[in-house]
Amino acid sequence: MKEENRKQGYDFHEASRTETMTINMGPSHPATHGTVKFFLTLDGETIEDIDVEIGYLHRAFEKECEAQKWNGVFPYTDRLDYTASVLNNVGYAMTAEKLIGIEVPERCQYLRTMISEMARMSGHYTNVGAGALELGALTAFIYFIEARELLWDLIESVCGARLTHNYVRIGGLTNDLPDGFRENVKRVFAKNRKLWDDFDIMLTKNRIFLDRMRDTGGISQKDAIAWGFTGPCLRATGVPYDVRRAEPYLVYDRMNFDIPVGTTGDNFDRYLVRMEEIKQSMSIVEQCLEQMPDGPINVDDARWRMPSKDDSSTKMEPLIFHFKQVIEGPSIPVGEAYQAVEGANGELGYYLVSNGGGKPWKCRVRPPSFALTSALPLLVKGSLLADLIPTFDMINLIGGECDR
Amino acid sequence: MGDMNEEKKIEQGASDSEVMARAKAVLGPMGVMIHTHSQHGDDTLVVQAEDILKVMEFLHGDEGLKFDMMMDLTAVDYLGAEEVHPYLKPMNARFEVVYHLYSVEKNHRIRVKAPLTEESPYVNSITGIWVGADWFEREAFDLYGVVFRGHPNLKRILLYEDFEGHPLRKDYGKMKRQPLIGPVN
Amino acid sequence: MDTIIAFVKQPLVMEVLITLVKIGFIFGLTIGFFAPMLAWVERKQSAVMQDRVGANRAGVFGITVIGLLHSLADAIKLIFKEDFIPRGAERGLHTLAPALAVIPALVVFAVIPFGGQYTLWGHDVSLVIADLDVGILYVFAISSLATYGVVIAGWSSNNNWSLLGGLRASAQMFSYEVTMGLTIIGLIMYYQSLSLVDIVAKQENFWHWGIVWHFPAFVLFLACAVAENKRVPFDAPEAESELVAGYFTEYSGMKFVMFWTAEFIEMVSISGMCVALFFGGHHIPFLTQDFLLNALGDVFGPNWGGVIVMLIGIGVFITKLVILLVLQMTIRWTMPRFRYDQIMKLGWKMILPLSLCWIFLVGVGILTGVMPTP
Repeated sequence: MKEENRKQGYDFHEASRTETMTINMGPSHPATHGTVKFFLTLDGETIEDIDVEIGYLHRAFEKECEAQKWNGVFPYTDRLDYTASVLNNVGYAMTAEKLIGIEVPERCQYLRTMISEMARMSGHYTNVGAGALELGALTAFIYFIEARELLWDLIESVCGARLTHNYVRIGGLTNDLPDGFRENVKRVFAKNRKLWDDFDIMLTKNRIFLDRMRDTGGISQKDAIAWGFTGPCLRATGVPYDVRRAEPYLVYDRMNFDIPVGTTGDNFDRYLVRMEEIKQSMSIVEQCLEQMPDGPINVDDARWRMPSKDDSSTKMEPLIFHFKQVIEGPSIPVGEAYQAVEGANGELGYYLVSNGGGKPWKCRVRPPSFALTSALPLLVKGSLLADLIPTFDMINLIGGECDR
Repeated sequence: MGDMNEEKKIEQGASDSEVMARAKAVLGPMGVMIHTHSQHGDDTLVVQAEDILKVMEFLHGDEGLKFDMMMDLTAVDYLGAEEVHPYLKPMNARFEVVYHLYSVEKNHRIRVKAPLTEESPYVNSITGIWVGADWFEREAFDLYGVVFRGHPNLKRILLYEDFEGHPLRKDYGKMKRQPLIGPVN
Repeated sequence: MDTIIAFVKQPLVMEVLITLVKIGFIFGLTIGFFAPMLAWVERKQSAVMQDRVGANRAGVFGITVIGLLHSLADAIKLIFKEDFIPRGAERGLHTLAPALAVIPALVVFAVIPFGGQYTLWGHDVSLVIADLDVGILYVFAISSLATYGVVIAGWSSNNNWSLLGGLRASAQMFSYEVTMGLTIIGLIMYYQSLSLVDIVAKQENFWHWGIVWHFPAFVLFLACAVAENKRVPFDAPEAESELVAGYFTEYSGMKFVMFWTAEFIEMVSISGMCVALFFGGHHIPFLTQDFLLNALGDVFGPNWGGVIVMLIGIGVFITKLVILLVLQMTIRWTMPRFRYDQIMKLGWKMILPLSLCWIFLVGVGILTGVMPTP
């Protein structure tokens, strides 16, 4: 029968046969920004299968850290989640301090909390803004980029850098707040709140945006936990897990803030959770500034915190410690420690092993977006190609953090 | 060293956290544990690598512990630093697979470690218990060459397929160069 | 000399000459003026909306003319760019596609009146290139042709993203073709004509403007027209975050410019259609052409008065056009993008039934006399 048809020049089976299309999405694709490659099998527009390939931004973070003195690791941590780099600094410093067994002065804790929250805001601004951008809402994106720029001006005034802050040290910070910082915070936050409102008006109740975000990329609570989701993506499913609340570190136990949770775990809830967290972070920064005591910002122990330049160029003992720190590195006691902080994407854990030398024996970072990205096939399989975009955005794969 | 004191404390069971007490009570008689400590407040179990599935299943399923989230999985190469942990030398172990578990419901953590020798860097995959372990195991395989038996798709993740060696092993030189590879397709 | 004048004065030759002038005017207006100006407006308006400065670097000897020279710089750059045809592409069709996209956009203007009818020095001048009785049908027929350019571009590029873009574009444009036709059936019933010239002539009285009685139809028509033009929020065929650049991913240089120009010209033609259908064409509210002709004719004489009235008409038309263009730009810079299936759903399940409802309501209105026809 088939043969006959073919002879007549028409084969119904052949004519109605459909094929899937395999297509490489990335790494050079506007949505993947060179950091990831999706190997897609499409049936029409529906994603039949997806293979996520990461590693394009792998920079041998751990190997580099093992070759550095303990303090030399900080610039590398900056480049993990580069949208919120101070958070990585804080996490690493706290883990190292845990290994040593020292506690930083109160003012330092407040400053770390404050700058962490600013970094979180910056991370969320970038993520939510970029999410809007990739759905075509360029104007909304620019609003949040403006807010982020203003915020970066503040951070720059504190630590001299806009993107990779390198602000925290083991046992302290590089420097204290500049003059007039409080007034600047007041001014910038007023503008940020306005931009937040504008952004909110443009998108949160926008029907198109709702249609794109709602019921896409959803995940159940159980699955989210099994896949190791943390941060806004886990909270969007309704699990109120936040390291700041679950295991308060720094001065988070003295802060008054809410942990926003979602209900359905879809992209829209992730968006809402992040939007609310921006507001909460602003409030935490303000509380920090209110409660912050005066006092030193560094531990008074030259074995861990390098003496100031003034001291080391005029006094003998600080000079010795300075020399030893630079040549040998702080000899952190033998042992291992894991400390988690709440990163912009979720639990940012550091696992450090010291063999008593001046360099970390092992410097492992638990990247939140690594776990999130690994679940991407689960989130998008069976949905449309267009849904991959908001889902991938709200997962917030930061190449620097995921690939390290 | 601080470890000695820690160990003494563990034997007495005086200041054990609830998690540690429960884990010891059940896993102790099973004979899978090599060592425990709570350095810096991080409860740690060191278990036989071949028993890792048994241990993990218990930690995951036990009503009192309920470790429902596999937070982190990595490996450590102790080549040349075996003195860091007292149990490494006697076992002739070089690697350690380190699991960090967390219970969302109970809000507690535990660290499980499985020492491996250089000759047989094999450990069973825990992807059957926590699906999220998939990529973490691939990463440990990629960078340390630890082989996870029963993993559904154990291939390199951060590096490319043609990469030679496992770069985070301590005997992989910092400045070592890789041969150039041509275009893949 | 005399023979030339005599030749020119033949009615047929005169007719041809006037038509050529009108065509030249339309070409100049769209390609020469609106396409580069819209590129500038798009940059500057978005900058204003986004609290930025916008393009202001391109300049000659330091004169930047608020960024206007960027269009010129773009043109120079794009002319000198390599014309790249990917390996495995269908060379002929790949080259033909941009032309297929840009020509329909231009040709649509033939039936859009950009002024009224005037008698100047004994000649009847009608400011429309072709006064077709079925002008509206012509517009739809031609704009469906634009689909071919897009689909062929997507298919001939030998690129999967282009193909996906082309497929999306074909489905979207065909669907919205149907819907767009239905949205203005009510209007056709109301004006009882398919000729755009007639429709504009009937809008001399402000209370007979399309927008007054047919506001819902205007909203639906504009939505369909933007979808037809594949601009945000309906730009799924070229969604840069999904399909790289959709059907024109593999185009560079002047071929790329042709797609780009086609989009801008289509914006102008959409606005032109809206002005003709809903905003009274060249008419000024509450001011009839006869009144103007009389008033100005008294001062300047009937011929020059007519010329001035004609220029005023063109000015009014272009002003309305620009307002609608700015509206379209504002939509473009405000909205995120629909998903492809949502576009189809909107077209078939929302706009189509709504326009059918509107046709019914208009029918009832006309029959019962609630909606007085002009």
